[in-house]
Amino acid sequence: MFGNKLQISLYRYNPEEDKFPYMKKYVIDKPERDIMVLDLLNLLKEEDQSISYRRSCREGVCGSDGMNINGKNGLACITPISEVIKRNKIELRPLPGLPVIRDLVVDMTEFYSQYEKIKPFLQNETTAPEQERLQSPEDRDKLDGLYECILCACCSTSCPSFWWNPDKFVGPAALLQAYRFLADSRDLKTSERLESLSDPFSVYRCHGIMNCVNVCPKGLNPNKAIGEIKSMLHKNKKDIIASDGA
Amino acid sequence: MNNINTIEFDALIIGGGGSGMRASLELAKSGLKTAVVSKVFPTRSHTVSAQGGITCAIASADPNDDWRWHMYDTVKGADFIGDQDAIEYLCSEGPKAVFELEHMGLPFSRFENGRIYQRPFGGQSKDFGKGGQAARTCAAADRTGHALLHTLYQNNVKEGTNFLNEWFAVDLVKNSKDEVTGVIAFSIENGEVAYLKAQATVLATGGAGRIYASTTNALINTGDGLAMALRAGYPAQDMEMWQFHPTGIYGAGSLVTEGCRGEGGYLINKDGERFMERYAPTVKDLAGRDVVARSMVLEILEGRGCGENNDHIFLKLDHLGADVLNSKLPGICELSRTFAHVDPIYEPIPVVPTCHYMMGGTPTNISGQAYTRIDNEDHLIPGLFSAGEAACVSVHGANRLGGNSLLDLVVFGRATGKHIQEELKSGGGVTSATKGDIDASLERLNKLNESNSGFDTADVKKELQECMQNYFGVFRRGEFMKQGLDQLKDLKQKVDNLHLTDKSDAFNTSRVEAIELQNLFDVAEATAISAYERNESRGAHARDDYPDRDDENWLCHTIFDPKSKLVTKREVNFNPSKVEAFPPKVRTY
Repeated sequence: MFGNKLQISLYRYNPEEDKFPYMKKYVIDKPERDIMVLDLLNLLKEEDQSISYRRSCREGVCGSDGMNINGKNGLACITPISEVIKRNKIELRPLPGLPVIRDLVVDMTEFYSQYEKIKPFLQNETTAPEQERLQSPEDRDKLDGLYECILCACCSTSCPSFWWNPDKFVGPAALLQAYRFLADSRDLKTSERLESLSDPFSVYRCHGIMNCVNVCPKGLNPNKAIGEIKSMLHKNKKDIIASDGA
Repeated sequence: MNNINTIEFDALIIGGGGSGMRASLELAKSGLKTAVVSKVFPTRSHTVSAQGGITCAIASADPNDDWRWHMYDTVKGADFIGDQDAIEYLCSEGPKAVFELEHMGLPFSRFENGRIYQRPFGGQSKDFGKGGQAARTCAAADRTGHALLHTLYQNNVKEGTNFLNEWFAVDLVKNSKDEVTGVIAFSIENGEVAYLKAQATVLATGGAGRIYASTTNALINTGDGLAMALRAGYPAQDMEMWQFHPTGIYGAGSLVTEGCRGEGGYLINKDGERFMERYAPTVKDLAGRDVVARSMVLEILEGRGCGENNDHIFLKLDHLGADVLNSKLPGICELSRTFAHVDPIYEPIPVVPTCHYMMGGTPTNISGQAYTRIDNEDHLIPGLFSAGEAACVSVHGANRLGGNSLLDLVVFGRATGKHIQEELKSGGGVTSATKGDIDASLERLNKLNESNSGFDTADVKKELQECMQNYFGVFRRGEFMKQGLDQLKDLKQKVDNLHLTDKSDAFNTSRVEAIELQNLFDVAEATAISAYERNESRGAHARDDYPDRDDENWLCHTIFDPKSKLVTKREVNFNPSKVEAFPPKVRTY
């Protein structure tokens, strides 16, 4: 339809100028080689300084540039345009479910406060040895697939349960981290951690929709971690599950 | 703009990377009112990209390992212009700092006996170079920086550190007594400008790899803190010393860890030859980074590069097997597939030497106190501190060893925090600034905000980066650098007259990018002038026209004075307290 042109439909909103957000169309020559969505945004920004988005590492490890790309959350810097172009078109929107500050920049306060809520730090009050605390490679392996989270929020903002209850449902990202500490052989606050997650909302609002797994740019599986938390809760407190009205 | 809020703290840390958050952790625990000012949410800082590990003699891989051996390697790696008092502190305090990280929860990989996993890295030896290759780099797979940065953020959350996230520090505030009393900063989210006042201001803003067109550095690495210090009239040390990492992914610049070669990978040219055997017969691919990077460039220049244009080198890993690659180097496999379109399990990765690390920076002592030079003598700057890549303490001298940057961050971030705590608790600190002082620091921001014509940030940035890449790269030559210096003079006019077309307050990233460009320029200028002055080849500074090391004239630091734009020399410290100094000798691998 556009031949050698690429049409980008970009979510624009500047609270100082716009009453409502709107989609703005940009048409550019199709880049000669396959570039990342972030490169595409950088090209647009060279033409229009006013476009706003976050970015830092440009290699998929800092988690700054999570956004909604043709309907699916992902990191702009590691998403090649060839994978997302549909009929020479790309649509870019901010991560869904969080307030928009400007253009593709969302207010992540709620997301971070859920992360802080799970006490994302090792808790071990015993006197530390002079050297490291020992951990077997098998126990260390249990942290793989958990600690690698980059807090990009792609998962939590693709989760309908998080959209509905962002203040009460901890969300897949923070639950993945909750399990990262539950699974760590060095952490001694297992029962306190479980206790704080045992209400009907924190964990149990997860209904296994699996959007989180589908979008995680690091290939992690929050749904599996949530399942592990649920079975730990089940083991400890069968009564909680029985009384769950959700 | 003239009536701005003042927000007061005891200690102010500019930068939320490894060194900043290690310093803030120390200060938050002490009960001092501490704030971290970070232009990005802290876990987006560039420390997150560090891969291979943190080098430290914790005696895990080898129970007989000794921090003195690590010190010897670091002194030699630095080509003998690292300060030996600082290197001694780095290597001897290192184990404590690393064990603390483990206690905080850092998920290090492990050996069978449960101790921290260590892998070999370049430039490492046992027994002062006489006992063969050491394995001294502590690792969390190949995501050590990510694990370290998140662990530090998590522990800062635990200790209740104040974070001013997505605030951008513009300039230092200095009073008539030449004390630093804080910074001018603005909230990126809503444009609010404030004077952040503090008894101690720590520049922990990292490097400035973005002065080059091709770099492994994040887009945010624009030397903001160093540039603030330069604009305030304070010097920068060893700015000609920029490390080019041997293995940046060809075309993309992303880093491929030295740990790949530590785990047994090696470089080949178009003939499939393992050419490092010719350049460094003993340790081959694990020679110092400067040596490997230069060897690669020579291979390419002599027509033995790989690919259609013979312009890159291959890093071969497939012989290590899928199991090793998946367990030890999973992040590298991911990056290679994404950015080089190759799977290292089956094919080599195309790589080229890529700008990676700034060895120079604001000169400090081992407590992080910044100093200036008056009549060729060191004078501490009241209120100003620096740590990490932004600082030059100097432990890396002319060439940093792999894995020593993460150690630098935690050891000197920690030392800086401890020092500030002692100083403030014993009644130290600075006096206040006048309205005039504050207004002076607002000038640059105001000028940009009032600009209604001028040059485009993106265009000028490209020009600057191309200029640095062309004239101040892996190999340097006087006549070419002269051309580069002339071009920088033209660029100065443009950088001082940028046109900010978008004046809005809410998350205006074009304002941030314009100021970042000005910061890049100040760092680039210091680099160019220092490189032109050092008439020898040492470590990362390789001159075609002066191919040899010249200890008689240049066994010294360079000090760039931003006011006169002149370079002077400063003595290297050869006075460690616990061991004999290591005297300079010919550096071979």
